[in-house]
Amino acid sequence: MQLDAKIPAGPIEQKWEKHRFDMKLVNPANKRKYEVIVVGTGLAGAAAAATMGELGYRVKVFTYHDSARRAHSIAAQGGINAAKNYQGDGDSIFRLFYDTVTGGDFRSREANVYRLAELSVNIIDQAVAQGVPFAREYGGLLANRSFGGAQVSRTFYARGQTGQQLLLGCYQALQRQVALGTVELHTRHEVLDVVVVDGVARGIVTRDLVSGEIESHAAHAVMLATGGYSNVFFLSTNAKACNVTATWRAAKRGAGFANPCFTQIHPTSIPPAGAYQSKLTLMSESLRNDGRIWVPEGAGDTRPANEIPEDERDYYLERFYPSFGNLSPRDISSRRAKEMVDKGHGVGPMQNGVYLDFKHAIGRLGQSVIAERYGNLFEMYEKITGENPYEVPMRIYPAPHYTMGGLWVDYNLMSNIPGLFVLGEANFSDHGANRLGASALMQGVADGYFIAPLTVGNYLADLPRDPVTNDHPAFADTENEVRDRANRLLAVNGNKTVDEFHIELGKVMWENCAMERNEAGLKEALSVIPEIRERFWTEVRVPGSGDTLNQSLEKAGRVADFLEFAEIMCWDALRRDESCGAHYRTEHTTEEGEAKRDDTHFSFVSVWEFKGVGEEPALHREPLEFHYVPLSTRSYK
Amino acid sequence: MNLTLHVWRQDGPEVRGRFETYQADEISEHASFLEMLDLVNETLTREGKEPIAFEHDCREGICGTCGMMINGVPHGPSSMTATCQLHMRLFNDGDHIWIEPWRATGFPLIRDLVVDRTALDRIINAGGYISVRTGSAQDANVVPIRKRDADLAMDAAQCIGCGACVAVCPNASAMLFTAAKVSHLGLLPQGQPERYTRVLDMVAQHDAEGFGSCTNHGACQEACPKGISVDFIARLNRDLFVSSWKAAGD
Repeated sequence: MQLDAKIPAGPIEQKWEKHRFDMKLVNPANKRKYEVIVVGTGLAGAAAAATMGELGYRVKVFTYHDSARRAHSIAAQGGINAAKNYQGDGDSIFRLFYDTVTGGDFRSREANVYRLAELSVNIIDQAVAQGVPFAREYGGLLANRSFGGAQVSRTFYARGQTGQQLLLGCYQALQRQVALGTVELHTRHEVLDVVVVDGVARGIVTRDLVSGEIESHAAHAVMLATGGYSNVFFLSTNAKACNVTATWRAAKRGAGFANPCFTQIHPTSIPPAGAYQSKLTLMSESLRNDGRIWVPEGAGDTRPANEIPEDERDYYLERFYPSFGNLSPRDISSRRAKEMVDKGHGVGPMQNGVYLDFKHAIGRLGQSVIAERYGNLFEMYEKITGENPYEVPMRIYPAPHYTMGGLWVDYNLMSNIPGLFVLGEANFSDHGANRLGASALMQGVADGYFIAPLTVGNYLADLPRDPVTNDHPAFADTENEVRDRANRLLAVNGNKTVDEFHIELGKVMWENCAMERNEAGLKEALSVIPEIRERFWTEVRVPGSGDTLNQSLEKAGRVADFLEFAEIMCWDALRRDESCGAHYRTEHTTEEGEAKRDDTHFSFVSVWEFKGVGEEPALHREPLEFHYVPLSTRSYK
Repeated sequence: MNLTLHVWRQDGPEVRGRFETYQADEISEHASFLEMLDLVNETLTREGKEPIAFEHDCREGICGTCGMMINGVPHGPSSMTATCQLHMRLFNDGDHIWIEPWRATGFPLIRDLVVDRTALDRIINAGGYISVRTGSAQDANVVPIRKRDADLAMDAAQCIGCGACVAVCPNASAMLFTAAKVSHLGLLPQGQPERYTRVLDMVAQHDAEGFGSCTNHGACQEACPKGISVDFIARLNRDLFVSSWKAAGD
């Protein structure tokens, strides 16, 4: 596997500018001779499709939803970072870059992160011009707040619905291009494989979710913006349909999968209430700005929160990390919550949470201020739990939320398969071993609006302008493989449901490859997963047929892929014999119990090459160098 | 709690539908409505029957994918709540629950509780955007916006596009959906240049999709899981009137 990150030469502040100039352009009249496929209509996909269409390329975009507006970017609550320094509190592009590299615990590429910080300012301009109604101050200018892990106020937000508003901006830009005829939108089409012709990405195979028809589509380039794989844990904050299929199929066709074990467990989700739990609901991290996290000092204390006196409460984040306190980064906050619950300090009917308390903030600011800041989140919490957080503290617990790992890409966001570009959460590029709050939206939008349209253009400029067709035998072969697989799933006719297997897999992953990992647990998972997979293919029941809307079949295909993919996560966690960011190996901790990096041996991106289902994948390494942010140990004390 | 469900089953748009009755037993009051349906579907699957097709995704009340008539009310008995946020503690042991798809000419049925809502996307295509080229925007703070206007725009922009307003309306009108977008964009300085063509084009598309006219019943506002106000329809009507007048003058 050839891994050339293609990072432009020169000082970091000039790399992107210089690269933009060096990239080849496609003559406006020739742009329409190139076809590109975009998979996914989240922030990255919708932004890229809209922009490529606007530039004059012929774009086909695919989503399994009924509308492009449903993608899971819509659920992001808290905000989007940008180095605007509108607050005059010392922020800058360099500071956002610095925070992101250190927040990612030195496992990301400096050049990519710098570009992201640079583009962050353009994103806000673009969004405001599109009519995204960000929060404003009384003077009419944009408001900001500080957000998980940052000491400056650089987060822009639209109440607790920032993702929704940004996505609707992208969606509207996309629909405008659909109306203009530059973009062809295929809703209710799930991408089930990538077609590679002579080592080059040339198309995709889709299933029409209503008619069941399996067909292929050809293009000069394929862009995957298909999100992350947190649903490998079954219970996560991701939408139910989020899956790894597109990226995993690309990996099976030769694309390197980078850092798959870097998964973020978000600290503030509502704890599970029972065995029927279908997903976890995030409570925005912004709540940590005003809420204080605590547990009863005594283990096994079952008194209601309001009956526990102040001096018997342990505000453990404030105790462990006096300078960051309740705003400590996500990985640290999550681990500490787990530690408290594991030690018997858990609260709630199942003793599986910690308190997030607004009593002091309400006392200080008044209920109306808190309601204005978090009203919709408080309502959501009450709907789900039946408890009123203005009166009793919220209960929270960590939940899988975001995956920093993804397909390996170079500086141009192209995978090691020429012509296959990967955007947003689906790639690995910017967050290292831990993503800071309000950075996911930033990356999705930057990739989609500002990076990929130019770098894909640069790639296309070298290609012949001949029309592409799907008559190469690779298309028919891939279609047949997809068809066979669907038929096989339908033919098992066992006695267990797809969810039963998904829940079983999720449990194995949650116990062995989530907040804490160790060699024994990972080896255990690697022996159990193949066994679950084998039973899946002999015992699953997928009712119905392949030629209608069949939600069981859709689910079965996704879970079948998770059952293969899960192993690569465990291999990655096992081989990365250090702790860094969200990857916390219990064998490698500092005396204070923090992640202990081993830069001598592990300062690299792990890139995994698929070698066969159930086979150990091959590890390739992209070395990481740090010239601008000196290697240091994160400290939030 | 134990419940009896009467669920609309229909194999496809051309096939006759019918209510089927299912038992949902030992449901926890803390379960969500969709988790209750998940459990019913798990049982159906184990029995070798086809599960009920229904749409859902984020299960956080924001993506707008879910939606069904529950006892004749879109999204069920709780106000400002999408189906996925509805919890079983609002029901009682022994209840009969009638579950049906959205029913409207503009929303053709696909299967069981799944309908086609792409008409709403086509209304957006007709003008529900601000035309701005990627990369051409000026600095975001160059144009201050009164907080009141920004807040009101946000109130309108919250629409999740679920279609409950259409499902509840006696005219199957999508006017609340259309008005929310017209108002969101029309309240902002960035939305002014296209303000009057936008409203004309979007309303024309709304009508072409087979949605009925608004006759001020106000049921949409009650059904809306985001509580979007019918005041926005008044705002749309005002813009529509002005734009018709402007169009006549051009």
